[in-house]
Amino acid sequence: MPLLTLACVIIIVTYVCVALLAPVLAPFGQFDVSAGAYQPWDKTHKLGTDNLGRDILSRLMYGLRNSLGIALVTAIIAFLVGVGLGVMSAVGGGWLDQVLSRLVDVLMAIPGLIFALLLLSITGPSIWAMITIIALVEATRIYRLARGVSLNIATADFVEAARIRGEGLPWIIAREIVPNATAPLLAEFGLRFSYVFLFVSALSFLGLGIQPPFAELGSMVRDNAVLITYGEITPLLPAATIAGLTVSVNILVDWYLKEFG
Amino acid sequence: MQSIVKMIATRLALGVLVLLAVSVIIFASVEALPGDIAVEILGQNATPEAVAAIRRDLGLDIPAIPRYLAWISGVVQGDFGNSLANQRPISELMGTRLSNTAFLAAFTAAISVPLALTLGILLALFRDTTGDRVTNASGLAAVSVPEFFLAYVLVYLFSSKLGWLPAISNINPDMTLLERMERTLLPAITLTLVVSAHMMRMTRTAIIDLLEAMYVEQAYLKGLSRRRVILVHALPNALTPIINVVMLNLAYLVVGVVVVEVVFVYPGLGQLMVDSVAARDVPVVQTCCLVFSATFVLLNLLADVLAQLTNPRLLHPR
Repeated sequence: MPLLTLACVIIIVTYVCVALLAPVLAPFGQFDVSAGAYQPWDKTHKLGTDNLGRDILSRLMYGLRNSLGIALVTAIIAFLVGVGLGVMSAVGGGWLDQVLSRLVDVLMAIPGLIFALLLLSITGPSIWAMITIIALVEATRIYRLARGVSLNIATADFVEAARIRGEGLPWIIAREIVPNATAPLLAEFGLRFSYVFLFVSALSFLGLGIQPPFAELGSMVRDNAVLITYGEITPLLPAATIAGLTVSVNILVDWYLKEFG
Repeated sequence: MQSIVKMIATRLALGVLVLLAVSVIIFASVEALPGDIAVEILGQNATPEAVAAIRRDLGLDIPAIPRYLAWISGVVQGDFGNSLANQRPISELMGTRLSNTAFLAAFTAAISVPLALTLGILLALFRDTTGDRVTNASGLAAVSVPEFFLAYVLVYLFSSKLGWLPAISNINPDMTLLERMERTLLPAITLTLVVSAHMMRMTRTAIIDLLEAMYVEQAYLKGLSRRRVILVHALPNALTPIINVVMLNLAYLVVGVVVVEVVFVYPGLGQLMVDSVAARDVPVVQTCCLVFSATFVLLNLLADVLAQLTNPRLLHPR
């Protein structure tokens, strides 16, 4: 494994540990107002305080925990729906494939963020609305890939053999198609996860995602953005935290595809 | 020649069909999802009479299909209905914002396309050097960081620290072109960073693929200069993939502008859409969604047609 990739793995593991241990590691709670607004960096508040006087270091840890948790749940839902339907369309074919594929074509003609904004204006901002909407948008992209990959496998002789042997659709999907599509699907999961992570933070940055007072990396940037014009780098920290994770995941996936793709 | 006209006509017809389907989705999602707009506007404590009155004003008492037909025929004639928030016609709200967003996108394209293509070609020529690796890695990084991170880093550097450019792009129609460009430069650079990386990497790959082709080797063996081989022999054949990726990235700008406009408080369509989502002004959001999707579909269509036109094999079928 190249040094850069190894560094990315270490970064990802560190992120996950911080997210899991946030309540133990963080010096303050995510809602605690512990000082005046916009305090500079000092001993008690290592990275200063935000617009409401909450400790930024603690909120960074909780923000990572919240954003990462939500992104992971969303990515898993999107992946299960997208891969499930994609593989079923490819193997089953027929009208189901036609209907789903045309529907996905049309949904993909609407840019993802724009469609999410439309749906959010109807449901109103809430965590579950956001999770469902992002999962729906990303599932269309995953469906495309999963269908394409399994279509290639479904024409292979061993699948034909299984069919002739009289195996049912669920058996063929679970035992023949999915095991042979693991590498591209795993890489896709990594990429999708980082897209979802960016998506969640973009919506929160726009004020339409995770609502206050919950700490979220995107909304932390929004809350403290005014400091940047005074030459402070504190508001860049949550944005850099997001970037650190997404860049690491991308580099890792790039390496994985070169190695096993 | 006839086949080209036929091809373009088929693509256009398909594009119109897709747009119609998109409009149905946009209309139907409002119908299908929970939440009554009338209750949203008036609040939870509204009397049933008031809710009924506002439903009548919005035409919500008419069945969905006639209402869709009325809406779409209005849209085709440039009448998008009225905003819920301030009752003004949506076309009036969009007016200058649409052209502002178009200005930002065009400005970005004017910087990013030549930059990305030149860099891509240079990287293909000097591939596997340190410069190539560094640019490639930073390209991967640029596509995977949030747009607002890039935007704020630029604001921090060029506005707070150096004081060269304004942090807020509040343009208005009375400004001269030069003033507008100065105010729009930071958002345009941000978007350039976002879209150039992908274009550059794809150009590099396209050229490298071609440099391995037989006819390129033949051109070298003939004793032609490297410059001539690249510009005259390789580049024209790389046009199809390059045009494709350029168009796809311009289509991506449609999404990119939303976040960037909010960061720079730029008075464009993206900002209008985000504000309207926060205000739950569904008709305005629907219209913005339709405009963004139409641009997206048209650019993809253009990519398709241009790719065909630059490929002689498709132009002159036997």
